[in-house]
Amino acid sequence: MYDLSCASVTKSFGSFTAVRDVSLDIPSGSFFSILGPSGCGKTTLMRMIAGFETPTSGDIAIKGQSVVTLPPNKRNVKMVFQHLALFPMMTVGENIAYGLRCRKEPKSEIAPKVARVLDRVGLPGSQDKRIDQLSGGQKQRIAIARCMVLEPDVLLLDEPLGALDLKLREHMKIELKQLQHQFETTFLYITHDQSEALVMSDNVAVMNAGRFEQIGPPKALYDAPASGFVAGFVGDSNVLPGRLAEVKGDEARVEVEGGGTVIGRVADASKPGDAVEVFLRPEALRIGAGGEGTSLSGTVESFLFNGASSRILVRSGAHLIEVADPEQSGAAAQGGAVSVAWTAEKARIFARRPS
Amino acid sequence: MSRDAGRLSLILLFMPFVLWIGLLIILPQLGIGYYSLREKVGFNQFEFGLKNYVDFIGEPVYRNTLLRTAWMSILVTILALIAGFPVAYYIAKIAKERSRAALFLMCLIPLWVSDLVRAYGWIVLLRETGVISTALVKMGIIGQPVEMLYNDITVVMGLVYTVILFMIVPLVSTLQGMDDALLEAGYNLGGSRLTVFRRIIVPYAMPGIVSGCIITFMLTAGSYLTPILLGGKNSSWFTEQIYNQFITRYNWESGSAFGVSLLVFTSFVVWAGLRLTGQSLATTVAKD
Amino acid sequence: MQGSRHLLWIYRAYVVIFFLYLVSPLLAAGVFAFNDSMFPSLPWQGFTLDWFFSSEGPKLGLFHDDRLLQGLGNSFYIGVIVAALSVAAGTCNAFLFERKQFPFKGALYVLMVVPLVIPGVILGISILVFASMVANFADQQFGLFLTWLRPGIPLVVLGQFSFLTTITSLVIAARLQKFDISLEEAALNLGASRLRVLLTVTLPFLVPALFSAFVVAFLVSFENFNTTLMLVGSDAPLTVTMYDRMVKAGSTPVLNAVSVVLMLGSGGLALLSVLAQRPRKAG
Repeated sequence: MYDLSCASVTKSFGSFTAVRDVSLDIPSGSFFSILGPSGCGKTTLMRMIAGFETPTSGDIAIKGQSVVTLPPNKRNVKMVFQHLALFPMMTVGENIAYGLRCRKEPKSEIAPKVARVLDRVGLPGSQDKRIDQLSGGQKQRIAIARCMVLEPDVLLLDEPLGALDLKLREHMKIELKQLQHQFETTFLYITHDQSEALVMSDNVAVMNAGRFEQIGPPKALYDAPASGFVAGFVGDSNVLPGRLAEVKGDEARVEVEGGGTVIGRVADASKPGDAVEVFLRPEALRIGAGGEGTSLSGTVESFLFNGASSRILVRSGAHLIEVADPEQSGAAAQGGAVSVAWTAEKARIFARRPS
Repeated sequence: MSRDAGRLSLILLFMPFVLWIGLLIILPQLGIGYYSLREKVGFNQFEFGLKNYVDFIGEPVYRNTLLRTAWMSILVTILALIAGFPVAYYIAKIAKERSRAALFLMCLIPLWVSDLVRAYGWIVLLRETGVISTALVKMGIIGQPVEMLYNDITVVMGLVYTVILFMIVPLVSTLQGMDDALLEAGYNLGGSRLTVFRRIIVPYAMPGIVSGCIITFMLTAGSYLTPILLGGKNSSWFTEQIYNQFITRYNWESGSAFGVSLLVFTSFVVWAGLRLTGQSLATTVAKD
Repeated sequence: MQGSRHLLWIYRAYVVIFFLYLVSPLLAAGVFAFNDSMFPSLPWQGFTLDWFFSSEGPKLGLFHDDRLLQGLGNSFYIGVIVAALSVAAGTCNAFLFERKQFPFKGALYVLMVVPLVIPGVILGISILVFASMVANFADQQFGLFLTWLRPGIPLVVLGQFSFLTTITSLVIAARLQKFDISLEEAALNLGASRLRVLLTVTLPFLVPALFSAFVVAFLVSFENFNTTLMLVGSDAPLTVTMYDRMVKAGSTPVLNAVSVVLMLGSGGLALLSVLAQRPRKAG
C-alpha cells in the first residue's frame, strides 16, 4: 500500500490549467521530491494534497483512503511551509504543542511528547524560547518537529530551504535526509533546486507546465532523461540545436545549426527532418581527437576554475561548449586550437523544446 | 475549504458594512436630500419643490457666506501647503534619524488635543486682555491693549493651525519614500535648486500634496469651532448658518438645503482637485 | 554645498518658529490653569492648584464642578461605547476588504472611505434628520415612541460611529494586510478548527492594531465637537459643556484646567497606542 497516491489529478483556475493529469504513488517511508521550475504547478499540487485546494478532477488517497472531501484540518498530512509559518506569538513549546492541543490530547501527555520531539530534532530544552531567538536552521527543525509530533502519514515540505543562505542550505540537506531516516515517515519534498532533489530523494518527479515529465530515482533522471526538458533541467548540459538528418539503428546523425554534424542516440520519438537538440554533459566530453560526428574543433576561450567541477570553455563556431576538467590537467592553453570528443551513446537527441 | 462556509462568512462580514454605510451614511444623506426638497405650506403640510434652494440662491447673505467659506478654505489650504511643505521636507529629509521621530511626534501632539482646547489657547493669547497684548503693553511697544481676535487674519491663522497637521503627515510619509539619490542625480546633472524642486521633489510628492490638500480643504470647509470662536459673531462661516437653521430657527428644510449645498460644493472641489491631478480617492485618502 | 550655510540656518529658524507656533496656544491654555487669578491672563499672580481641587467658589475647582465632571463622565461613557462598536465593525470591514472577493469591491471600498471626507456637521444633521424621520414614522404608524432616536447620547454614539468606523477599518486593515496567510494555513494543517485558528492565530496578531484603533477612536470621540453638537441632548459631553461655558459664562481658568486634563489624558493615551504598535524586539 502506498502512503500517498494521486490518480489523474487536474486543477484548473478558470481557463488556466495549473496541474494536468498528474499521477503518483509514494511508497511508505520514502523520500519523494517534485522538481520543477517556479510556476510549474508543484505548489498547487502540494496544496491539493494538504487540502487547501480542491482538485478539479482526479483522486488523492492517503494510506489508501480518498481524502478529496476532507477539510485540511482533518487530514493526517502535515506541512512545512515555505517560510515555515511558525507562530511568532507563541514559544517553541507552544508551537509544537499546538496540534496536540487541537487534538485535545490530555495535558499530562503533551509536555513529554514535546520534550521527546525536541530531543529528536536536536534542540532539547528549548521549549520556552521565542521564535525570534532561533537561528534559521533551528527554525527549520522546529517547523519539522511541530509536524512530526503529530505522527503524520506524510510530511509535505514546500521549498523549506529556500530562505536559508547557501552554506546552511547545504548543511540542512543532509540533516533533512537524516531526520527522514530517523522518523521513518514519508516525505514529499517540493523544490526548484535540482541538487536538493537529487541529494535527498529516493525518487524524483520532474514537473513542467503542470505535467510530470519523468518519475524515477535521481540517477535514472541524470543518466537517462526521458525528455529534453528533463535533460536540460537536471544537471548541466551543452545543448546544440539542429535538424535530425537520418537514423540508422541506434545511431542518428544531426546537422547542427551553424555547420557540422553530430552523431548520437535518439532518446524520444523524433523522426528524420524534425527539429531537435543534442545534449552533451560536460563530463562526457574530453579534450582530444575523435571521429567524424563525435568531435568538434574549436579554440579555448577561458578556464572556469571551481575545484573538482572546473570547466574549460571552448568556442566552436557559434557554440560555447563546457568541458569538464576535474584535474585541471593543463592539456590546453588559452586561445589554442583544440578538439572536443565524446562517444556517440553519450550524445542524447531530443525533440526541440518550445522556447 | 467548503464553499458554503465561505459564502456564509462573506454574508456575515457584509452585514455590519451594509448596516453602517446604509443606515448611517447613505440613507441619512438621502434624508437631508429629501428634506431639502420639501417646503412648508402649512402645519404639517408640505409640497415638493426647489423653493429652499431658490431661497438660498436668492438671499445674498447665504450665498455670500458659502462663497466666503469656500474662498477662505482654499486660501487656508494653500497657506497650509506653503507653510507645511518646508516643515515636512525638513522632517523627512534634513533632520537626523533620531530627531526625525521626535519632530514627527511633536507635530502630532496638537492632533491629539481637542479643537476646542486649541481655539481656547488662541483666545487666551490673542484677546484684548490676552497674553500678547498685555505683554506688548508692558514692554512699551504699544500704548493700549489691542484686540487681535475677531478678524479674518486671525481666523485664517487659526484655521491653518487647526488643519496643518493633516497636511504635514501625508507629506512626510510620501517624502520619506523618496530616494536621496534622485536629488543627488538632479544636482549632479546640473539642475539648480529651483529646477530640482520643481522637476523632482514636487512631482514625487504629488500624491501626498493631493491627499493633504483634500483632507485640509474638507476639514476647513466643515470646521465650526475655530471660525466662530476666533471670528466672533460676524465670522459668517457656512457651518454656522447650518447650525442656526437647524438648532436656532428649527427650519430643518432650509438647513438641509444648506447642508446639501455644502456637501455638493465641497465634493465638487475635491473631485475637481482629483481630476486635475489624476489621483483617486482610494489611493490618496485611504493610504495612511 | 557652498553658500547654503546661511540658507540652512534660515531654514532651521523657520522650523523652530513653526514649532513655537504649534505649541504656543497649547502652552497658553495649559499654563494659566495654575495662575492664582480669576482670569486666564497676565499678570502672573502665583502658582495654585485651586482650579483643579478647590471645593468652593469663586475658584471652584474642576474636580468639584459637577457640570464639568458630568460632562467628563458622559464623554468617557460615549467614548468607550463608540470605540468598542467601531473597532468591532472595523474588524469586520478589514476582513471583508482584505480577505474576500465580491463584485463592486473597488466602488464599495471608496464608499467605506467616504465618511472621512464628509464634513462632520453634515454627518450630524443628516443623522439627526434621518433618525427623526424614522422616529416620526414609528410614532405615526405604530404609535411607538422611540426616544433613543431623538437627540441624546444614543444619537451621539451613532453619529461618531459613522465616521470613526472608517478610521478603525483602515487601521485594522493595514495590519491585516501584513499578516502572512500561511500562518492560518499552518494552523489548519495542524488540525485546528476555523474558529480556533481565528482565536489563537489571527486575532492575537491583530491585537496591537485593535488596541490602537480603540485608543484612536476613543480620543477622536472624546474630542469631537462638530458632529456631536448637532446630536446632543441634555447629557452633554465635556467638549460641548466646555463650549457652553466659554460662550455663556466667559472664560475662567477652570477651562484651562479642563484643557490640561484633556491634554494630559490624550497625550498619555496616544503615547500608549504608539508603544503598542511598536514591534517588540528580541532582548
